[in-house]
Amino acid sequence: MSLKLPVYLDYSATTPVDPRVAEKICDCLTLEGHFGNPASRSHPYGWDAEKLVEDARANVASLVNADPKEIVWTSGATESDNLAIKGAAHFYRKKGKHIVTVKTEHKAVLDTCRQLEREGYEVTYLDPEANGLLDLDKFTTALRDDTILASVMHVNNEIGVIQDIAALGEICRARDVILHVDAAQSAGKVEIDLQNMKVDLMSFSAHKIYGPKGAGALYVRRKPRIRLEAQMHGGGHERGLRSGTLATHQIVGMGEAFRIAREEMAAENERITALRDRLLNGLKDMEEVYINGDQDQRIPGNLNISFNFVEGESLIMALKDIAVSSGSACTSASLEPSYVLRALGRNDELAHSSIRFTLGRFTTEEEIDYTIKLVREKVTKLRELSPLWEMYQEGIDLESVKWAAH
Amino acid sequence: MAYSDKVLDHYENPRNVGALDKESSNVGTGMVGAPACGDVMKLQIRVNDAGVIEDAKFKTYGCGSAIASSSLLTEWVKGKTLEEAQQIKNSDIAEELALPPVKVHCSVLAEDAIKAAISDFQSKQEK
Repeated sequence: MSLKLPVYLDYSATTPVDPRVAEKICDCLTLEGHFGNPASRSHPYGWDAEKLVEDARANVASLVNADPKEIVWTSGATESDNLAIKGAAHFYRKKGKHIVTVKTEHKAVLDTCRQLEREGYEVTYLDPEANGLLDLDKFTTALRDDTILASVMHVNNEIGVIQDIAALGEICRARDVILHVDAAQSAGKVEIDLQNMKVDLMSFSAHKIYGPKGAGALYVRRKPRIRLEAQMHGGGHERGLRSGTLATHQIVGMGEAFRIAREEMAAENERITALRDRLLNGLKDMEEVYINGDQDQRIPGNLNISFNFVEGESLIMALKDIAVSSGSACTSASLEPSYVLRALGRNDELAHSSIRFTLGRFTTEEEIDYTIKLVREKVTKLRELSPLWEMYQEGIDLESVKWAAH
Repeated sequence: MAYSDKVLDHYENPRNVGALDKESSNVGTGMVGAPACGDVMKLQIRVNDAGVIEDAKFKTYGCGSAIASSSLLTEWVKGKTLEEAQQIKNSDIAEELALPPVKVHCSVLAEDAIKAAISDFQSKQEK
């Protein structure tokens, strides 16, 4: 079998739709299919569509052990994050105006918090530890009497580390603080049990787990009941929390993706862990490579590595036959290395030198072996080109060099 | 980001990669940039008694455009007198490689590198 190039190792950016999901989606589009508006109450077209939407809702709820009534459809995790954070902050504004979050959160959370700051709320942005995990004591200390909400992601999109949301839930519940968790990168990869975890709001995305783009959901706890102020007004869909005609095909696709995830998660995690370890073992004996993020508290599909003394963008360019992403975004005169790696305390060189490999359902052993060979070859080539590598080999401490910053 | 064919060519087949003896009196070394900014260029020239650049070598840590800018520069300065090499402008490099505006700083760095190498050579001669 010949490899399809470039090899796709960017599953945390998005995933291809599973063929089983695509089939269900297609059934909801044409005249012959279930094209009806789920809000139509006066004919079978609407009733059929409504049933499909409710089946999908049950599938999403079931993966995370929630009640289907606690699931609200949205356009994706970004919208879910916005609805959860702004919705809760606005509803509970009389109770307090303080919010706690983490510097390594997704921009959908950070930028929403920035907006709330402009509206007069106060936000604490916590630093994670060097392994990417949150120190629970530091988290507890950050909570104040006027704290209404904490938002902590379950799995980090760049480094794949898993936060202890069960423990955070206990802390928040004891302090009467609402806990929102962005689970875009964890659903279908990490066990989530909302009957036992004291999480109040949880954001989901379809396209990170082999569903379609443009579909997501927000879990809103009923016991104890969490109230939100709607951010989208209109026909009062989704119990008034999110108006707008439901995208039946997207929702059905998301439901099927979550159903498959529930059934296949255990076996899939085992297979992907083996592939990830194969990749890691193929690279870790190289000189000056660093794994970013905790090695154990981490999802199976993520490997984030810094290849010291090689700049990330040139490495991505050299690795054009594999599709990966870099922690270095060299798009302006002042180069911005990954804010996530910076928050872990990684120095600029290492932050600039990082590559995120994310594996998934369709990754093969052959693809991993190809990747190992290519990465080793290209890193060696770029190091031969690198004055920093030369200095390192000569034993010069790069920290002691006075650089002419530009 | 789409790179021009010339950038890709220099990136895939960089010219004059390597090092000259930095202790030698007829070698000038220029190192510019900083790891924190994502690019560091080291450019070395060997100058003969007539003041002509006989050889040039580079090593660059940086994006494809930075590598291409320094590779191109080594090609250009070989055979030039120091005065001529001094005249090379970043805009010439940017134009030759068709660098997009966000990558123009790579050519600026290359111009800084040759100037630094020439000045290092000249300061060695004064001793």
